[in-house]
Amino acid sequence: MSMTARVFRCLMFALALTPLPVVAKESITIAAAADLKFAMDDIVTAFEQAHPADTVQVIYGSSGKFTTQIEQGAPFDLFFAADIRYPQALAQAGLTASAPARFGTGRIVLWSATEDARKLTLQDLAKPQFRRIAIANPEHAPYGVRAVQALKAAGVWASVKPRLVYGENIGQTAQFVQSGNAQVGIIALALAVNPALASKGGYAPIPDTLYDPLVQGFVITRRAAHDPLAATFAHFIDAPAAQAILRRYGFAGAPPAGAH
Amino acid sequence: MLLTADDLAALWLTLKLAGTVTVLLFALGTPLAWWLARSRSRWVHPVAAIVALPLVLPPTVLGFYVLVAFGPHGPVGGITQALGLGLLAFTFPGLVLASMLYSLPFVVQPLRHAFEAIGERPLEVAATLRAGPLDRFFTVVLPLARRGFVTAGVLGFAHTVGEFGVVLMIGGNIPRSTRVLSVQIYDHVEALEYAQAHTLAGGLLLFSFVVLLAVYAGQPQRRSF
Repeated sequence: MSMTARVFRCLMFALALTPLPVVAKESITIAAAADLKFAMDDIVTAFEQAHPADTVQVIYGSSGKFTTQIEQGAPFDLFFAADIRYPQALAQAGLTASAPARFGTGRIVLWSATEDARKLTLQDLAKPQFRRIAIANPEHAPYGVRAVQALKAAGVWASVKPRLVYGENIGQTAQFVQSGNAQVGIIALALAVNPALASKGGYAPIPDTLYDPLVQGFVITRRAAHDPLAATFAHFIDAPAAQAILRRYGFAGAPPAGAH
Repeated sequence: MLLTADDLAALWLTLKLAGTVTVLLFALGTPLAWWLARSRSRWVHPVAAIVALPLVLPPTVLGFYVLVAFGPHGPVGGITQALGLGLLAFTFPGLVLASMLYSLPFVVQPLRHAFEAIGERPLEVAATLRAGPLDRFFTVVLPLARRGFVTAGVLGFAHTVGEFGVVLMIGGNIPRSTRVLSVQIYDHVEALEYAQAHTLAGGLLLFSFVVLLAVYAGQPQRRSF
């Protein structure tokens, strides 16, 4: 037997004897509404710094889709929705292990990547220069429902409607604007404050009085009922570190009380 | 059947899109397939590989690049804006263009194979009988490649009907303009309207089966002995 073959055999033997790592690394999977993309990334980073042994995986999408998927047994341990009514529906169906909890209020803004949006108002959308206006699909996305309410309340619905394009969720809506294919869009404040987006064109908040409050809610799903890490993460949302992040992304404050 | 007005609009739009795309792909794909089948150029293989790309690429790759290309800073967007046509994203013509890219191999490949199967001989014979190039194409090539044209048309049409990812990424989900059947089904499922989703999804399932059955039944019987 050649020297190389002998060395190779010894190596294989050593490898076979190496014990598999038996460190029990805890991990959970979170389904989060697309408006949380940047905020939840930061929260998870903060959480993993505080709990180095644990991993948290986040999947972003539309609240309606996640509700369906959890009903069909999707392996999500926590569900953060853009509208607390989705986790409430799951709670009524007996699919949750905690009461739906409010963690903030979502707000909508006008955003453009191609022009200065900081002084824009909803009335400006009547101008023909905005050939395409992106909103989330009001049929199943909470931010889309609020966008339609605000456009109607501002009295520009009839003029704007033929120029609307619908994103599958608020993330895709932002992407339609970002690529310049839509000149302006109504997106989540929590996405617009991200430096990558805010540096392009800027954004203008839409008055709270023009749409129903977007109460953000989360829940621990039934499959994670006895998962201590899921409970720890749920607890972490109330911690000062997570609350500071949520404030930074504009989720803070009580829901607006409606028209004054 | 419980089809709503929106469902019917999506159905009509889907048929219109698939019909338009198939006709345009015949116009573009026939000369392209002819060149691929006949040419000895060293560009045949690279061009054949480009034509086949949509077969292997995820629709997200195509959708992403098309969205960027259609945008105001993209090459296509620059041209359409210079021509005063505005931007192509979220429009029916934009959807047609993207679908042509997406369905190109399904039309070109059957045509190329049909043209290759004809061989040189019938064309040479026709030429000795003083048939001009156009005459040869219409009286010799077309009848001999008939089956290839049927397969190409059926597959191109059906594949466009089955398109989803690209449309979702560049369509903007506009009723009567870019909201095709596959997107309408997706919206029904997201809105938890399962009954309506079932009607449309079941219809598409049946349609696709019948189409494939027709394609296979039209193939010549293979004998293995």
